[in-house]
Amino acid sequence: MIHFVLLISRQGKVRLTKWYSPYSQKERSKVIRELSSEILSRGPKLCNFVEWRGFKVVYKRYASLYFCICNDQDDNELETLSIIHHYVETLDRYFGSVCELDLIFNFHKAYFILDEILLAGEMQETSKRTTLRLIAAQEELLEAAKEEASSLSSIIAQATK
Amino acid sequence: MDPILNPFSSGTRLRDMIRAIRACKTAAEERAAIRKECAAIRTSINENDPDYRHRNLAKLMFIHMLGYPTHFGQMECLKCIASPGFPEKRIGYLGLMLLLDERQEVLMLVTNSLKQDLNHMNQYIVGLALCALGNICSAEMARDLAPEVERLLQFRDPNIRKKAALCSIRIIKKVPDLAENFVKPATALLKEKHHGVLITAVQLCADLCKVSREALEHIRKKCTEGLVRTLKDLANSSYSPEYDVSGITDPFLHIRLLKLLRLLGEGDADASDSMNDILAQVGTKTESNKVAANAILYECVQTIMSIEGNGGLRVLAIGILGKFLSNRDNNIRYVALNMLMKAVTADPQAVLRYRATILECVKDADASIRKRALELVYVLVNESNVKPLTTELVSYLETCDQDFKGDLTAKICSIVSKFSPEKIWYIDQMIKVLLEAGSFVKDEVWRALIVVISNASELHGYAVRALYKAFQKSNEQEAFTRVAIWCIGEYGDLLINNVGMLDLEDRITVTESDAVDLIEITIQCHALDFTTKAMALVALLKLSSRFPSCSERIREIIVKYKGNFVLELQQRSIEFNSIIARHQNIRSMLVERMPVLDEATFIGRQAGSLPDAGSISAGSSVSLPNGVAKPADSLVDLLDLNSNDAPAPSSSGGDFLQDLLGVDLSPAAQSGANQTSKSGTDALLDLLSVGSVSGPVESPSAQSNSSAIDILSASKSEKASVSPLDDLSSLSLSSRTTSITGAAPMMDLLDGFASTPPKSENNGTVYPSITAFESSSLQLTFNFSKQPGNSQTTNIQATFINLSSDEYTDFIFQAAVPKFLQLQLDPASGSTLPANGNGSITQNFRVTNSQNGKKSLVMRIRITYKINGKEKLEEGQISNFPRDL
Repeated sequence: MIHFVLLISRQGKVRLTKWYSPYSQKERSKVIRELSSEILSRGPKLCNFVEWRGFKVVYKRYASLYFCICNDQDDNELETLSIIHHYVETLDRYFGSVCELDLIFNFHKAYFILDEILLAGEMQETSKRTTLRLIAAQEELLEAAKEEASSLSSIIAQATK
Repeated sequence: MDPILNPFSSGTRLRDMIRAIRACKTAAEERAAIRKECAAIRTSINENDPDYRHRNLAKLMFIHMLGYPTHFGQMECLKCIASPGFPEKRIGYLGLMLLLDERQEVLMLVTNSLKQDLNHMNQYIVGLALCALGNICSAEMARDLAPEVERLLQFRDPNIRKKAALCSIRIIKKVPDLAENFVKPATALLKEKHHGVLITAVQLCADLCKVSREALEHIRKKCTEGLVRTLKDLANSSYSPEYDVSGITDPFLHIRLLKLLRLLGEGDADASDSMNDILAQVGTKTESNKVAANAILYECVQTIMSIEGNGGLRVLAIGILGKFLSNRDNNIRYVALNMLMKAVTADPQAVLRYRATILECVKDADASIRKRALELVYVLVNESNVKPLTTELVSYLETCDQDFKGDLTAKICSIVSKFSPEKIWYIDQMIKVLLEAGSFVKDEVWRALIVVISNASELHGYAVRALYKAFQKSNEQEAFTRVAIWCIGEYGDLLINNVGMLDLEDRITVTESDAVDLIEITIQCHALDFTTKAMALVALLKLSSRFPSCSERIREIIVKYKGNFVLELQQRSIEFNSIIARHQNIRSMLVERMPVLDEATFIGRQAGSLPDAGSISAGSSVSLPNGVAKPADSLVDLLDLNSNDAPAPSSSGGDFLQDLLGVDLSPAAQSGANQTSKSGTDALLDLLSVGSVSGPVESPSAQSNSSAIDILSASKSEKASVSPLDDLSSLSLSSRTTSITGAAPMMDLLDGFASTPPKSENNGTVYPSITAFESSSLQLTFNFSKQPGNSQTTNIQATFINLSSDEYTDFIFQAAVPKFLQLQLDPASGSTLPANGNGSITQNFRVTNSQNGKKSLVMRIRITYKINGKEKLEEGQISNFPRDL
């Protein structure tokens, strides 16, 4: 089971945190501090696994971002690497060659996409197309709500004129 | 308020806020910006304007990610979730998952909204609620909402079914009792074609198997075949672009299926049999150098290793690992090492084939790989390969990183002390390690070396010469210096006279003053701490007697320390000075060679301290230097473990009684720590089982000094049949019973006062006498009677009859009982047993059975006596007690 997902920039800034196991807010910041110093200091050619507090943290660097997933000791590390890659590819398709800035300004979208791929610390959907279709459908709902709201406010504006 | 003039107001858009924060050049600037923004958000929250709620929450999440407190926004999440629109709900649930954790009470407030949303018309809102529930639900919420989730497992849209399946995983993890409700719907989902539903169903089934035995049986019986077919179809499926990952269709599903099959196959030969073919197929046909393919192979190997044995498959699996190990990708090598660790128990010989490669990995540049490899080597070592492996490791010690040296040193020391075939090799290796990484060697390890040297009388000369030679080259390592100084002090005479030369040694010429020089140089070295200097002073004192010609010079060196700031050194200096100067006549007696240190005691102590050191975490046995330790009674050191002042093995029986109590209490106090570490160490278990013997009481007439130890060893062997975990858990209980022992008679007394029980009860049941023990020379019968008003306690009268034609003297009877019993022995009627049955000894004792009615009595006995001054010993177990005692 996945316990948490972290996205950390090379400068140590947090770009996304997702917790599937209960960590108090205090523990969360401690975990982030500990792991980012450990992971950021590792050389480029080393393996992508760090043993940490009885768990295994699998990380992979894409451009300036480190994607980290904390797993149980006996989970398949190579699969976790594939999950990270799957997530990155999905982001890439969604944003169209994703970069760190996309994830900063649209951090909530990164969360929504992650929520369609992982749930309760397990894999939810393995098809990128399905994931993106679901995201698109929900965005349509948003647009519809927005339009409705604006038409509503124009009606009110007219009525109160 | 114009948003352009004031970038920090609730009117600013999220994007502008992020931009403004990113524009901050210093941390202080950023803090100020965020403070301002938070203030604006708070005002907006207080105004309760629903239009900005969505935006405020998004901003708060960003601020939260930067690590600032945002608790004031928690209620906003709830308001958003409660509002009717999809956009608000979506951001509200996201905030809920990010800003709260399951321990916060606020979360309880959301249960009702969740319930409503789980029943919502709009399937996307249902999806949001499921997602939030799956990620953060607590046990209470799980209980409340389980029926909804269960129903959603049959929802028309597959995307909701898959979310509900994962949500169920969270629920059964939080409340395992609910598992049975989910078994049926979960197995129904396994038949689906939609990959999302299928993979989540497989995961749900795997978790069901983990929490419930019945679920495991059910799924094993009903679904194994279907799952094997699904995996087969998947493995043989043609290219499908939607699920393709570098040439493989849905590796994630592959892996989850293999994982579930592993759970089903474990411990069940039939299920394992049915999956052999597909495992072989996956193991052979998956060929690729891509991560996804290797992930599948890795999972497949893991499954093969876990299910019930099939030789061919195992060979295939080990072969795959071998290929992994020679891969250039560090990740692949890492998982191979990881897997070999598990394979070691199944097939150590196969793993040993990769010894060379594994040793290479110990020297890898990557810390994670090094650590794995070292642990693997540690497990692989045995008596036959310890020499080459240690040589490799020790030679690597010279070149490895500083931060790895600690681990490596600890492992080498542990290996060397555990498997060393002979003492001389042990001494050699330890000297090498001390020279190379003395600062990483734990105190007890170098002390152990001294103990070993002092015990090996034939190697005294060799050891001191080897240490002297090494010491001349380097004195940087303090631990080494201490050992060397100690040995030179003790065995200085052997050093200069080349006493006890071994064939393999070169002769060295050391004069008396050379040896003194060496110590003088050492003691003047400022880097050394005062313990070492104090040891050096003692060594000098010893040498002053061994080398009378240097005596005056030594005195001068010692005198220099009489004004030292360290009290210890000052005192030693002054005292030693006066010994050398004024007490010539007794000096040689004073500084005689140390008596041989008790190795068993030391090892026992060490074993006791090991759980803290963590050096036996691999579940290995005590670091008893095989072939180094003398076959001492291991019980002696067990006793010693717990009492801080070592009881000399010659102490009298009475002392041991106290020790027994000490033994009984102290492990119980430690049990908390030990239980968690559960390191499975033999020593630890022995120690614990000693603790759990509930009061084997020595008969007061006993005079033999070893008897208490014997009693313990008897009860220890009995304990061997009891599972160690049992012992662990019952520890505290047993210590309690011990403390009650003293109080029991008192309670009996009170009983007697309170009510005089009717006689009939006393005589209600008459128990037949039994012949408890009979040998060619001795017969023992037990008569039973119950104590009035106390059904748990039985009075037993033991009668001993001598069947041989010799008189027995010094007759001692000892008994031990398992922990649910309690035993009190009265003094025996005598210690001499006449020959040919012309008389008997009787001895009364009481047994209290805490499990009266459930378990019957059982007892181990041991009888010692002398025939014409020759010791005899008889032992036995008594289990033919009447049932309801």
